[in-house]
Amino acid sequence: MGSVTSYFGPLCGEEQKIEEERHFRGNDRPFNLSYHYADNAITTSKYSVFTFLPLNLFEQFRRLANAYFLSLMLLQLIPQISSLSWFTTAVPLILVLSITAVKDASDDINRHRSDKQVNNRMVNVLIDGELRSDKWMNVQVGDIIKLENNQFVTADLMLLSSSEPLNLVYVETAELDGETNLKVKQALTVTGKMGDSIHALAAFKGEVRCEPPNNRLDKFRGTLSLDGQTYSLDNDKVLLRGCTVRNTDWCFGLVIFGGPDTKLMQNSGKTTFKRTSIDHLMNVLVLCIFGFLAFMCTVLAIGNGIWEVREGSVFTIFLPREQGVNAALSSFLSFWSYVIVLNTVVPISLYVSVEIIRLGNSFYIDWDRKMYYPKNDTPAQARTTTLNEELGQIKYIFSDKTGTLTQNIMTFNKCSINGKAYGELFDFSGQRVEITEKTERVDFSWNKLADPKFSFHDHSLGETVRGGNLEARAFFRLLALCHTVMPEEKKEGELHYQAQSPDEGALVTAARNFGFVFRSRTPESITAMEMGIKVVYELLAVLDFNNVRKRMSVIVRSPEGKLTLFCKGADTIIYERLHPSCNKLKEVTTIHLNEYAGDGLRTLVLAYKDLDEDYMNDWKRRHHEASTAMGDREERLEELYEEIEKDLMLLGATAVEDKLQDGVPQTIEQLAKADIKIWVLTGDKQETAENIGYSCNMLREEMKEIFVVAANTAEGVKEELQKARRTMCPEVAEEPTVIKARAGLFWLQKTERVEDEKVDGDYGLIINGHSLAFGLEKDLQLELLRTACMCQTVICCRVTPLQKAQVVQLVKKYKQAVTLAIGDGANDVSMIKAAHIGVGISGQEGMQAVLSSDFSFAQFRYLQRLLLVHGRWSYLRMCKFLGYFFYKNFTFTFVHFWYAFFCGFSAQTVYDEWFITLYNMVYTALPVLGMSLFDQDVNDRWSFQYPQLYAPGQLNLYFSKKAFVRCMMHSCYSSLILFFIPWAAMHDTVRDDGKDIADYQSFALLAQTCLLVVMNIQLCLDTYYWTAVNHFFVWGSLAAYFAITLTMYSNGMFLIFTSSFPFIGTARNSLNQPNVWLTIFLTSLLCILPVVAFRFILIQLRPTINDKVRHTVRKEALPAPAPRRPPARRISTRRSGYAFSHSQGFGDLVTSRRFLLKMPLRSRPVVFTQTDSALAQSQPQHYRTIAEEREEPQSPQAVAAAAAQ
Amino acid sequence: MGKVKGRSGPLAQRPDNSAFKQQRLPAWSPMLTANTVLPFFYLVALLCMFLGVWLLLTVQGTQELKLDYTEAGTCKGCFDMRKNASKAAEPCECRLDFEIKKAFKVIFLNEQQILTFGSTQVASSTQKKRGDVFFYYGLQNFHQNLRRYMDSRDDGQMVGRKNKLMNPSTYCIPFNTDQAGRPIAPCGAVANSIFNDSFTLHYRGQVVPLLRTGIAWYTDKNIKYRNPSNGNMTLAQVFNGTAPPPYWHKPVYQLDPLSPNNNGFINDDLIVWMREAAFPNFKKLYGVLRRAATPFTKGLPAGNYSLNVSYNFPVQYFRGRKEVVLTTLTWFGGQNHFLPVAYLVTSCLILLAAVVLTVVWFKFGKTGRKMQD
Repeated sequence: MGSVTSYFGPLCGEEQKIEEERHFRGNDRPFNLSYHYADNAITTSKYSVFTFLPLNLFEQFRRLANAYFLSLMLLQLIPQISSLSWFTTAVPLILVLSITAVKDASDDINRHRSDKQVNNRMVNVLIDGELRSDKWMNVQVGDIIKLENNQFVTADLMLLSSSEPLNLVYVETAELDGETNLKVKQALTVTGKMGDSIHALAAFKGEVRCEPPNNRLDKFRGTLSLDGQTYSLDNDKVLLRGCTVRNTDWCFGLVIFGGPDTKLMQNSGKTTFKRTSIDHLMNVLVLCIFGFLAFMCTVLAIGNGIWEVREGSVFTIFLPREQGVNAALSSFLSFWSYVIVLNTVVPISLYVSVEIIRLGNSFYIDWDRKMYYPKNDTPAQARTTTLNEELGQIKYIFSDKTGTLTQNIMTFNKCSINGKAYGELFDFSGQRVEITEKTERVDFSWNKLADPKFSFHDHSLGETVRGGNLEARAFFRLLALCHTVMPEEKKEGELHYQAQSPDEGALVTAARNFGFVFRSRTPESITAMEMGIKVVYELLAVLDFNNVRKRMSVIVRSPEGKLTLFCKGADTIIYERLHPSCNKLKEVTTIHLNEYAGDGLRTLVLAYKDLDEDYMNDWKRRHHEASTAMGDREERLEELYEEIEKDLMLLGATAVEDKLQDGVPQTIEQLAKADIKIWVLTGDKQETAENIGYSCNMLREEMKEIFVVAANTAEGVKEELQKARRTMCPEVAEEPTVIKARAGLFWLQKTERVEDEKVDGDYGLIINGHSLAFGLEKDLQLELLRTACMCQTVICCRVTPLQKAQVVQLVKKYKQAVTLAIGDGANDVSMIKAAHIGVGISGQEGMQAVLSSDFSFAQFRYLQRLLLVHGRWSYLRMCKFLGYFFYKNFTFTFVHFWYAFFCGFSAQTVYDEWFITLYNMVYTALPVLGMSLFDQDVNDRWSFQYPQLYAPGQLNLYFSKKAFVRCMMHSCYSSLILFFIPWAAMHDTVRDDGKDIADYQSFALLAQTCLLVVMNIQLCLDTYYWTAVNHFFVWGSLAAYFAITLTMYSNGMFLIFTSSFPFIGTARNSLNQPNVWLTIFLTSLLCILPVVAFRFILIQLRPTINDKVRHTVRKEALPAPAPRRPPARRISTRRSGYAFSHSQGFGDLVTSRRFLLKMPLRSRPVVFTQTDSALAQSQPQHYRTIAEEREEPQSPQAVAAAAAQ
Repeated sequence: MGKVKGRSGPLAQRPDNSAFKQQRLPAWSPMLTANTVLPFFYLVALLCMFLGVWLLLTVQGTQELKLDYTEAGTCKGCFDMRKNASKAAEPCECRLDFEIKKAFKVIFLNEQQILTFGSTQVASSTQKKRGDVFFYYGLQNFHQNLRRYMDSRDDGQMVGRKNKLMNPSTYCIPFNTDQAGRPIAPCGAVANSIFNDSFTLHYRGQVVPLLRTGIAWYTDKNIKYRNPSNGNMTLAQVFNGTAPPPYWHKPVYQLDPLSPNNNGFINDDLIVWMREAAFPNFKKLYGVLRRAATPFTKGLPAGNYSLNVSYNFPVQYFRGRKEVVLTTLTWFGGQNHFLPVAYLVTSCLILLAAVVLTVVWFKFGKTGRKMQD
């Protein structure tokens, strides 16, 4: 919308100088007004009442098609050329323009309404020394405004003061960048001093100089001059419009940018315009048609020249030439006349109809109950209405993992304590019971501090813990102590954990519910409630997690003075460090671990060790030395950790489920059957991604090999890729075959295509982010692409948002295939925008992904319905529509061409002008729309049953240049029949009463009736799905044709509009003639039967997949909806690793004093080191609290509030 | 595209469960199967065969005679004379003798119809008159279908609008006013180029009587063409101040000296001419045999005839030909061999296609093997 405003500006004559620096003074309106900065009113609407007509028309005529028809209309106004009356073009054009205008107007009215609503919001403004409530639109640059908790930020503000300590303000930026976690802004101390003293604020006379308005969310530069001092301003001191103030009672701010100058507005409206491949094809075709039109007109013009010389010159006695016109000029004029007559090859209604069909299909998506998610009341949404048919051609899907495949919820599912497994339910016969939502939960009401959202189903564990089992207690004590989670307890008993990785949160929450509540921590102590008793542990050391260690430990001293080391980590790592006495337990635990791994759970092994006081003192001393050492500090610490973390005693293992969304494995299986390749691009670490790959069935045990590319050099990456490729396909050429071609308008666009290579067996590929960076370099990208495309499954982990987009672009560029990107977070935005189609998962993280997406829905599993049903139908419908539409218009036009040879190339039309006017808009519009809105070859159940039905779309089989040529040949044949049969039947005959019937008007009527009948029968042949509406449209259109024709040829019409309706009586006089009907019947037979025969033979000899399925459908009953199979337990030897989804622990932070009570906020910028720009963000996502299940719709505010507490 | 509904509650945004919105409308989905296609082809082939045979038999019962008189007989002289534009106004009579070997038989449906035709009242168009003998003149290579030619007329004038009579449409240019500036009625190239040969047919010295009215469409005669009326004024008075088209020898209100109701814009010959032909070769109705008296009560008897032509219309300019056509009709129009032959050929083709389809189906499709893969 920013672009609109900027485009508007010059148009309204508001010549604005380019602002180089912004300069204003606080509380000084007259001074600030002299600069004419934009106030805070916004206009996203395009038109006002007065500008609507001219501007809208201007916009519309910028479209090529409309401009073409306008110029045609102008041509028709030249009498020498005009072969058709002006209304033949004007009526359809006006119709088209007004439909679009009405749509634009209603859109704009909505924008006006929302503008008005936003502009009229109230805010407290400091005017003349007192706070007044005023409308947003009246706020000016330099005003001081007061914001309260949960208010939207009115404009871009410089923060002056706030209610919180250190002049901090918390804001949620969900509307700006989609991040729901809170960000911290801090005012300058010098302004913060003013607090909420209105007097001081009113006296504030600071002068601000800063950068001009721009759209960079993460940068701000400026200075504040106050009392002779200059202070620098940066992004931390600025509140941006679109944010919401949270957890801050009040704050004051100085308006820097208002309305259209705000960063929010400067950022909006820059959506890239996506077009479908059919669109591109259509453009090329329309261009070809233009060429063809010119060719036909040239032929006819030459014909006219020859005719004029040979025949016309001797006919001048009856028809004198106009003054100054000779054969050559006449030929030139006839060229233009034929341009007008034959203009129907580029049908004006094509674009309108295409838009209507797409809109209809978008509505179907919005209306689909099977893509509606009742849990948070989210229906699917087609946010872009112009891409539907592309959904039927997807070849590659790029999916985010977290929040898309998974729910981004970690749950503590199972555990093994001292060799006993908990967490599974068995019925009386010893069969494993499927745990569903209805399964009874363990009651934690005895524990006042329990998290109500936590659920567990195995009662025996709770009993064991409460029964005083020592191992179980140690197990949960470990979970409550060994972590880097930070607690927040705003109200007594209301605990919130701030965990860096959701798994940790899940474990600590589990401990909390089983009675070992982690309550608070200081750098030296951890306070816990153990079965209701407050216990304070002295925290001696945190041996933090990292990628190499794959474990973390804490050393604590209990109140009794006992020293213990608690350690949790990846099984392989811990097992190496266990005391030999645990060997038996180790075996049992291993069995459990394998089971958990087979279920796709993330496992951790827990162990402890009691420490000796003396040893500990010694170790602590050495630790201190090491950590203060100047050289190789890391190595020395590492050694110390190794030394103390040994001879551990095994406690048990935990299994955390990274909950997949419902139906993800089935969806992936279905999509794979439809020959769609799915690549997972995730910011997660390799183990996590791999784990999910297994649990959602992308990676399978039966795969021949799974390659991991994790090299750190370009050479290494190349080697690994080549090795993988040679393993998969040893005989393939070293150099990729790149097919170069040209495409696009005027064949200007160069395309390169890498052929798909066949590989036996299934392989998987996992690429690490740093390797991917090398792989995306110019010289390696083809290698990467080849190898990746040979694999069944590709998982890229640790990728940055930018890399996500690059991968998508790579595939787009060299595969010339249609791509779809699906994601939910701000880090997926780049990928969603880069892909042909972006899908946003709504109702999870922020709104950013959804806002930049083309389609959105709440669950990944709806993707299969979107593609296999809606996409396929849309594609099928669009192709059928295009094929039929071109056929109908070409046939219509070619008849004129043939007639030219009989009428001296004089640009005489075959049909009545009114028929030409109404043919596309009235007589044939509805039937073809009916077909393209309702048609389905088989219904949705069968579409799911046979995902192979999707393949023709990927191969562009239904409509391509070839199909277009075929369509043209067909029309050529039909037009020959449609012209020459009536000609032969009529040219030498008379009515049954001897009167004329070979006259022009009767022939025109006959020809147009034949045409219309044939076109309708052809449509009937093309229609697979005859609803009542189709019947109504087809028969109704035919009936309307006869009714309208009889009306237009009636006495009354002639007597009122004599010159417009000269065909009086023609219908009555010819339609009662048997030979007219005999001719119509014959033409129809000759046009249609060959098509029927041809199609029948094709079905018999080479049935397409559609024919086969349709054949099956006829024979069999509707398939039952696929049963929701419980995921089979895989027998797996694979061990899932310690899957922390964070890179480095909080350890430093936890032991530092920085996060302490009065200043917990200082740490925030460290914890949430997220840059505002989605693209710049290259870190894995950070997580908030863990919710087992989101029963009720959770509003972003609620989430944010939870995060902030 | 979010749906705004008045509903509230947890499922406020749930889409309606209607068959239309869920794309579950009940529908009929036909398919091209052997069970439908093959019988259909055979049936259509039979139907076409039947139609073809029937039409052919019907056409066999008709007779047609075409006489090209452009340069035939004594008309050669007139043809040469018409080459000379300066003698355009001079009358030229010529004669053409021919023989009808087989009588043009009239098939009577019932006697009453003849009586109706016997009168000069043109009530005939409402009646079925089959088997009459029709007299046409034909022109070849005359392009009545040129765009500018067809446009060169004023329907408003011909429907009797007074203002148009005196102020013809610009479409008529250059035939809208004469050199003196008087409006031309009827204006335009079409009317100007009216075919102005006239014929009398003689049989054994006796004039073959022709009905010269009732040859135009009822709608044309009664609605599309009206004379401008002005109280009790005669036609001549009404057309006072207008000029006839330049090629005309007599004014529009004197076209038919015999019948006052056949003059002005409602003259049958004018109306027939004004209905422009779709193709450059065409024939137009000149008259219908009047079967009131012997020997013509049963049509045209066999024998020698002579055709007297008042040869006015020049065709040599545009390399045209003129002809006279005598024909009888069938229930589906004039003698038309195309339709029966086309139906017969089509029927054969369809039959052939049906056989091929059957073979293909039998060999490949019947087992349904290809459908199983």
